[in-house]
Amino acid sequence: MISLLDHTATILLRQLQAGALSAVELAQAYMDQIDRCDGTVKAFLHIHADSVLEQAERIDRKRAAGQPVGRLAGLPVAVKDLLCQEGQLTTCASHMLGNFHPPYDATAIRKLKEADAVLLGRTNLDEFAMGGSTENSAFQKTTNPWDPQRIPGGSSGGSAACVAARMAPLAVGTDTGGSIRCPAALCGVTGLKPSYGRVSRFGLVAFASSLDQIGPIAQTAEDCALLLEVLAGHDPNDSTSVNRPVPAYSLAVRRPLVGLRLGLVREHFGEGLDGEVEQAVREAIRVYESLGATVAEVSLPHSRYAVATYYIIASCEASANLARYDGAHYGYRTKEPAMLDELKHQRKQLHEAGDSAGLEALDSALIRMYRCSRSEGFGLEVKRRVMLGTYALSAGYYDAYYLKALKVRRLIHRDFQEAFKGVDLIVGPVTPTPAYKLGEKADDPLAMYLFDLYTASTNLAGLPGIAVPCGFSTGRLPIGLHLQAPPFEDERLLRAATMFQQATDWHTAAP
Amino acid sequence: MTEPYVILIGLEVHVQLLTRSKLFCGCSTRFGAPPNTQTCPVCIGMPGSLPVINRQAVQLALRTAVALNCTIPRSTKWDRKQYFYPDLPKGYQISQYDLPLSHCGWLEISDPKGAFASKRVGITRAHLEEDAGKSMHDEAVGRADSRIDLNRAGTPLLEIVSEPDLRSPAEAKCYLTELKLLLGYLGVSDCNMQEGSLRVDANINLHVGTADGPVPTPIVEVKNMNSFRAVERALSYEAERQWRLWQELGVRLGEPGGHKTTRGWDEGRQATYEQRAKEESSDYRYFPDPDLLPVVLPEETVESVRASLGELPAALRARLETGYGITPYDADVLVNQGRALVDYYLAVADACGDGKTACNWIQQGVLRWLNDRQTTIDAYPVPATEFAALLKAVLAGELTTSRGREVLAEMIDHGETVEQAMKRLGIERVDEAELETLCRRLLEANPKIVAQVQAGKEKAVGSLIGQAKKHNPNADPGRVKDICLKLIAGM
Ligand SMILES: [Zn+2]
Repeated sequence: MISLLDHTATILLRQLQAGALSAVELAQAYMDQIDRCDGTVKAFLHIHADSVLEQAERIDRKRAAGQPVGRLAGLPVAVKDLLCQEGQLTTCASHMLGNFHPPYDATAIRKLKEADAVLLGRTNLDEFAMGGSTENSAFQKTTNPWDPQRIPGGSSGGSAACVAARMAPLAVGTDTGGSIRCPAALCGVTGLKPSYGRVSRFGLVAFASSLDQIGPIAQTAEDCALLLEVLAGHDPNDSTSVNRPVPAYSLAVRRPLVGLRLGLVREHFGEGLDGEVEQAVREAIRVYESLGATVAEVSLPHSRYAVATYYIIASCEASANLARYDGAHYGYRTKEPAMLDELKHQRKQLHEAGDSAGLEALDSALIRMYRCSRSEGFGLEVKRRVMLGTYALSAGYYDAYYLKALKVRRLIHRDFQEAFKGVDLIVGPVTPTPAYKLGEKADDPLAMYLFDLYTASTNLAGLPGIAVPCGFSTGRLPIGLHLQAPPFEDERLLRAATMFQQATDWHTAAP
Repeated sequence: MTEPYVILIGLEVHVQLLTRSKLFCGCSTRFGAPPNTQTCPVCIGMPGSLPVINRQAVQLALRTAVALNCTIPRSTKWDRKQYFYPDLPKGYQISQYDLPLSHCGWLEISDPKGAFASKRVGITRAHLEEDAGKSMHDEAVGRADSRIDLNRAGTPLLEIVSEPDLRSPAEAKCYLTELKLLLGYLGVSDCNMQEGSLRVDANINLHVGTADGPVPTPIVEVKNMNSFRAVERALSYEAERQWRLWQELGVRLGEPGGHKTTRGWDEGRQATYEQRAKEESSDYRYFPDPDLLPVVLPEETVESVRASLGELPAALRARLETGYGITPYDADVLVNQGRALVDYYLAVADACGDGKTACNWIQQGVLRWLNDRQTTIDAYPVPATEFAALLKAVLAGELTTSRGREVLAEMIDHGETVEQAMKRLGIERVDEAELETLCRRLLEANPKIVAQVQAGKEKAVGSLIGQAKKHNPNADPGRVKDICLKLIAGM
């Protein structure tokens, strides 16, 4: 018999609506599963243990009383610890915000609450979403539910892992250069990065504002459609959110696409791509062909600059976005008495040595407070990117780096426009290899950055992209298929992914 | 005599725009609230918060830019100016860098007393930005604690940068006065320097005449001036200081020791002092703010703003001079009082039909009263229609100027109409025929005086005026004199 936890969110919702299942029963089942699995997976940073059942009870009462309930009424949802939730610890997996309780809800959180979702807890991530393995969390390392020796991918590693380990039917992640799709692929679940502007970023702690987007992670594209329907929509609090009607994704998702034209990116099947990943992706394309799709090769000539462009733009924006964490207003501040003592000691030494230049160059107490708070509060990867961005925006380097990157970004965007003239979707691998081992690339940031090779350009062009399970390596590690659509064709993407999932059962496999 | 140098002054003026809410959030901009009570996640830079542009601020900025004859681009964008300071909660200020809301304008200034020829002062640019918070340093008992009030953080500022076209401290003061007046007419700012809604920084240097042509001295930015008078004095002080320094050291702009420096104005000592450079480098690492979309400013929007500006000070002065026959000096005095007073003047002048008389009476009867009480025209107790009625009576000879003043004083004190005030003072209108009968009787009774006048001693008539006033206190001395002379001539 199939366990409750193996059901998709869509089916669970139907059972909740039919009264065959109560929200409390369901929440309890997931809490039990978290108890069983999260000791190993470590997907959650905190669980709303004291309020989960309360939330569920409230929804059951509403339903029993015949009151109108929200779109997700009773469905548990896990949220990446990067979205502000009023009164709840929101750490961004950083010591900098280790004790930060926002005074307000992110728009996405508000929408989840209004939809009567049961908020389970907060999932782990790379600090401030910077990384592709969730190893950069200041608090814990999440493991891949398929192999505890391996990374779950990142930065939304906790969200993908908790869905894969059946600790939540739905999870919210964020994607700046692949942070939803990469962990979804490595954990064998479905993850959608919506079109830029589709979901409000208000309350999402910013990494790179022009690239960040909130999106759903679930077992199936149909479940992603359900969650996107709740998350999407114009928000007057986010100037970059788009004022377009939100389609009924969950209703449209089962309608197959007729005459689908797939584009295969020539540049994505070259050097660096693992043989098993390539094979699984090519096999997936054959499935589409068997469903009546045609396949053509397309070229994205500037895609080889995508990673470099991405890391410059994202780091530049991050360097400014993270300037607010300075110890002055909230978050981590260095231990001031010790800091002042040290400063005094240094001043004394310089004075005794008669080093007037050294005295002149010595920090003021304020500057030293900034320096210490930031160097102690941030992790290595965050500091690396802040330095990178600060450098690239500095006088004399701006044109060569930031401005140049903006130009290449425009070219990448144009590549996609050209490619989409002849095809409906672009198809390829999500990651070059399946999940690698924990610590394997920890000392090689460049190798880690190259893991974003196929996903970063989606964000640079503002497109929607989805990762769909499409096979396993011989070591039984999940492999993901990457589909990309033109801006605001999120529905097309979800329908295409659902077509595939109706014809295959990779997405039903559980670790 | 030619000066040995020319002074070059450019001004940077920050004005707070009169919006109800801040530039990027809904918080109030009211001045004087308890610290940190007008804040929200956006203006205190909470993680995850996002700015949303206040349309009203753009509208007010646009009004100003159009009135300053600026070029308005079809779209304008927002940039982040990055630096660390405790009153800057995001670690950057949202400002405008390379695509400001407006550029290349001018403001005409002139001195009605003719101290300098009227000229157009170039406006380099006028752009929008958010204000920072306020740091209050409390250095009590050996501790150096600072307190931060973020009520002001995010308040919309318009930064108006002039070209270095000003040639004297007096011109600088005149430019500021004219700018403030313009902003008042536009209704975009209350320009209250005490509350910080208008702030001025000045850049000044000299071009010293030498055999090889003019040589620039190092530029000094002067800060901390909290009145227009302080600006004028600080600049005079600075010009003299730079001239002295040039004579002693001869360092020119750009040479070693000739870089731009910042000095503060010390009002108590009436001197400028060197300020420690805030940060060694001034690399603000500007880049476009990805949280905000560019603001599109279509031609129609700009044109509709232009059409809604109303009559601005320069045009109003010209209309008063040509249409109402008053001097440039008088027009300046009236216009500088603000639109409300000019409207009062126009109502009075139009109703009494004599612009000059209206101008004289308003300067003496109204402005003095307002000045004594430090108040504005809306507090003046006499409505324009009654003021005009008074002037009509004076112009018709029904009241002498001095009697008119008495009547006005009554009108102010008791809130009376002209009629009521005249009655209270026992002033009645003397009809011309009645006055002539009186004069005839006086001439008959004083043949000696008639003879003196006939002998050419016109002044003799004066004693008749005194007698006439005894018979009828309302008799107009001028009329009595005229009538008597006429009657004698006809004898
Ligand atoms: Zn606010």
